[in-house]
Amino acid sequence: MASPDDLKFQEFEEATDLLAADPGASTLSISSSSAAVSSGDVRLDLSDDEDNQQESSELLGGEKQTSGFWTFEYYQSFFNVDTVQVLDRIKGSVMPLPGRNFVRHHIRNNPDLYGPFWICATLVFSVAISGNLSTFLSNKGDPQYHYRPQFHKVTIAAVAVFLYAWLVPLGVWGFMTWRQNAERQTSAYSFLETVCVYGYSLFIYIPTSILWSIPFGWLQWLLILIAMVISGSVLVITFWPVVRDDTKTTAFATMATIVVLHALLAIGCKMYFFQTEELTVSPSSPTTPATLNHTALITKPQ
Amino acid sequence: MADVEDVNKPLFAGLSDVSIAEDIPVEGDIAVPVRSQSGDDEISTLDEPVKDTILRDLKAVGQKFVHVLYPKKSSALLRDWDLWGPLLLCVTLALMLQGGSADSKDDGGPQFAEVFVIVWFGSIIITLNSKLLGGTISFFQSLCVLGYCILPLTVAMLVCRLVLLGSMGVGGFIIRLVVVTASFGWSTFASTAFLADSQPPNRKALVVYPVFLFYFVISWMILTFSPSH
Repeated sequence: MASPDDLKFQEFEEATDLLAADPGASTLSISSSSAAVSSGDVRLDLSDDEDNQQESSELLGGEKQTSGFWTFEYYQSFFNVDTVQVLDRIKGSVMPLPGRNFVRHHIRNNPDLYGPFWICATLVFSVAISGNLSTFLSNKGDPQYHYRPQFHKVTIAAVAVFLYAWLVPLGVWGFMTWRQNAERQTSAYSFLETVCVYGYSLFIYIPTSILWSIPFGWLQWLLILIAMVISGSVLVITFWPVVRDDTKTTAFATMATIVVLHALLAIGCKMYFFQTEELTVSPSSPTTPATLNHTALITKPQ
Repeated sequence: MADVEDVNKPLFAGLSDVSIAEDIPVEGDIAVPVRSQSGDDEISTLDEPVKDTILRDLKAVGQKFVHVLYPKKSSALLRDWDLWGPLLLCVTLALMLQGGSADSKDDGGPQFAEVFVIVWFGSIIITLNSKLLGGTISFFQSLCVLGYCILPLTVAMLVCRLVLLGSMGVGGFIIRLVVVTASFGWSTFASTAFLADSQPPNRKALVVYPVFLFYFVISWMILTFSPSH
């Protein structure tokens, strides 16, 4: 089955900007055989809900919704993706190309919450499990070491990852909308699109965290570098077109903040959950090494 | 009377021909459906001994266990859902996972409440996810299926504890790894056999992946269980 994304011929930046300017021309998945489900009902209702989905999707760029937030259909409109689309979005987050804005090219006015939520959940468990594994591997030679599952790390990882994935997009979106209203800029992204970008950009950390369990210090830092470059460039490519019309200082400050926060998450996770051979077993607090690296990162050339 | 009737004649033309004194054949049954004496069923479940009631529920739970152990596409698990089985399995699993050792208070394995929360909260989230993606299965049926399919993992936990009583070295670990991996595959396969049909075809993988993650996390908790000395 050809996904709607296969039907494009050439991708020009003007085309994607036109798409942004007119959200009504959104390309939606036609497989809208979503069953209108009422809870407790087992019948399959094949009534096409396409009108409802189309309305609520094209208004997601704006402020109004067609169904109220207390109905089930409102939330169903955020899960209107197929397997192929999710895989394509993941691929786009792992291989960022300078011309392809993630929001315009992959999300195409159909932001979903499936990807961000399950990528965050997978990341939480992969970080906790790999951290446990790396502690075990780095202490294998020690005869007094007893293996501990360290289950409390799952809770901490969950809080950190989910806070990052929801509060930072909220801040970025709020800032962009405020600048848009103050300066009459081009349209900023909707909140869901921002959450979507951040969620999918975290995907690269999942294989990175699994590879971090190999207890070689230089390998871990190399992996952090690669992951941050890829993930950061997804975010930079996405947010630069919106921010570049602003004053130079604001633009650079915004991009720097986005990159720095992303780096803090990666380094904080690594310092807290993973130990290399030279460190002690006790888990260090995530703030102190993060502030130490903060100063080191600010001096990075932009 | 004739003048009054003349005015009404065009409207009720045919009616005046019918004389009520004649016999008008009336056919049909007038039967009020009465639940005649089917109240015997309700009275009997109140009157039967408690042992019968409990045994009936236990038999239903046991029958569903058999369905999980030999998963083929049957709708028995979906039709007569109940949550006793999942509760039993979850409590057993949480009790067995609880005895893990810890140097400090929070360095050990999952506590009872954590296992409970992960199993039930995870099942609820997976059910919501499948419904939001357009699945046709109802909320409690999905909870029932996910809960019952924890049975292979509970059996694996029992086996792991027995193995840990014997040997704690690498050999024991290999055995535990094999047993837990096999039961993880079994659980995932069993639950997808029941759940897969209720999803739209182009989103099946999106629904199966969270189930995979759920059983993977439970398998990891079982595998990393280390008993107190």
